[in-house]
Amino acid sequence: MGFMFNIDGGYLEGLCRGFKCGILKQSDYLNLVQCETLEDLKLHLQGTDYGQFLANEPSPLAVSVIDDKLREKLVIEFQHMRNHAVEPLSTFLDFITYSYMIDNIILLITGTLHQRPISELIPKCHPLGSFEQMEAIHVAATPAELYNAVLVDTPLAPFFVDCISEQDLDEMNIEIIRNTLYKAYLEAFYGFCKSLGGTTADVMCEILAFEADRRAIIITINSFGTELSKDDRQKLYPRCGRMFPDGLAALARADDYEQVKAVSEYYAEYAALFDGSGNNPGDKTLEDKFFEHEVKLNVYAFMQQFHFGVFYSYLKLKEQECRNIVWIAECVAQKHRAKIDNYIPIL
Amino acid sequence: MSGKDRIPIFPSRGAQMLMKARLAGAHKGHGLLKKKADALQMRFRMILSKIIETKTLMGEVMKEAAFSLAEAKFTTGDFNQVVLQNVTKAQIKIRTKKDNVAGVTLPVFESYQDGSDTYELAGLARGGQQLQKLKKNYQSAVKLLVELASLQTSFVTLDEVIKVTNRRVNAIEHVIIPRIDRTLAYIISELDELEREEFYRLKKIQDKKRIARKKAEALKEALLAQGIDTRQAVNNMLDEGDEDILF
Repeated sequence: MGFMFNIDGGYLEGLCRGFKCGILKQSDYLNLVQCETLEDLKLHLQGTDYGQFLANEPSPLAVSVIDDKLREKLVIEFQHMRNHAVEPLSTFLDFITYSYMIDNIILLITGTLHQRPISELIPKCHPLGSFEQMEAIHVAATPAELYNAVLVDTPLAPFFVDCISEQDLDEMNIEIIRNTLYKAYLEAFYGFCKSLGGTTADVMCEILAFEADRRAIIITINSFGTELSKDDRQKLYPRCGRMFPDGLAALARADDYEQVKAVSEYYAEYAALFDGSGNNPGDKTLEDKFFEHEVKLNVYAFMQQFHFGVFYSYLKLKEQECRNIVWIAECVAQKHRAKIDNYIPIL
Repeated sequence: MSGKDRIPIFPSRGAQMLMKARLAGAHKGHGLLKKKADALQMRFRMILSKIIETKTLMGEVMKEAAFSLAEAKFTTGDFNQVVLQNVTKAQIKIRTKKDNVAGVTLPVFESYQDGSDTYELAGLARGGQQLQKLKKNYQSAVKLLVELASLQTSFVTLDEVIKVTNRRVNAIEHVIIPRIDRTLAYIISELDELEREEFYRLKKIQDKKRIARKKAEALKEALLAQGIDTRQAVNNMLDEGDEDILF
């Protein structure tokens, strides 16, 4: 099995594991947390795998610049891997980019609905989710045209077909469209990983199932007190997680946080996350707990060899790391050190 | 300012009365303006202390708001653009009212919420709670900003008005009142001068009359001594000189 995998994927897996070794360790975080200014932070980052990535930035350094640069580096690494990939890894990597594509399309649709110039929006899209047809979105004046002329050609078309009809684009809340798309995407991704089989399926299905359940739970909690009806809410739950179908049905009926918690009691790992969280200052929030769990799953992905999960996990870990660095940078910049330790450590 | 600066007016009793009335008016206006300036000054001080208070508060609230933005970004990732593209109209709007302090209209800004959130479901799948917190923090920050803006505008307006009022008070006290005083003094001195002249003329006429009478009596004495008695002489009727008849 291993040697078969290595014919096509061996080099890239090695590369990816190499990149993964560059992820900041706990000791690096300890150094970063000690920083007094952003210049110190820059100096410490130079000692890590990030090297000279901020060298050409004029001071004073802004947090947004750090954010941009971190993302740029990640994108370059990912695109390098994508360019060397062959089937089926290339499809797998494309699947990863679809989630960014969804965000970009949503941004562009909202922009066009409100008559903003498309040239202004394009630079604000996530580079991982850029696609050829993006520039063409401005030819569409109405959402229906947008769908017929542009979206059908994008890789996202199947997701649109399944869940959104033309008139929905006109009426629906953009956030609901986004979540419906994301749901379709997650289910498709899950199906694709299942079809790959082997270790990839084992690793990825677990991560994606968790992602699906997390979305379901968070959407439920966030929808309390908004205009989102229970029926609409249920349509947004990705049906590929461990909570499908019983847990999702129970979540759909939930009215408050306690009921969500009660539902999660049936699932051992989620119950633990709920128990560890709290809303008091100093406590970790539920979302923090979810992040920690996600990081754990992603780190586990590296425990096995000869599968595609490492690429997905690497990207997610790296994203988490970017958020951590930005968080620390914000804390340092705003001199708000009380919460600086709230980053999610990557073990 | 030369000491001779005074209102060009003909020195007469009438003018004197006029000036006296003006002096009284000037004194009254001075008192009123002074009161107004004091009232404004009081309000000014009050606003100043309020501004300081709000500004200190502002610092803290803004810091908290900025930090919650960082928190939300940590959980949600980059959501700036999506929110920006979704906003169609302002949710917090401002009404202006007018407040009257001693005749000065001060604009007062009042914020109010117009409609619900345009993008209520933001962060549905991630970081919704952080976004709620963020919204709340920035809302209070905006409210404070509006309050501060209202105070600042009042501050600037009041400052200007106080300057003008003080200038007027000083002008009345140091220019107008002394000028009226000088004019009055001038009128009085002129009138006295006239009176003295009049008196002198009267005296002179009396002298002349007395001399003339003496001469006439001396003539009569002389005629009497010559035996002509003019005392009984009847005057010619035509010489008698009627009173002028005025129609």
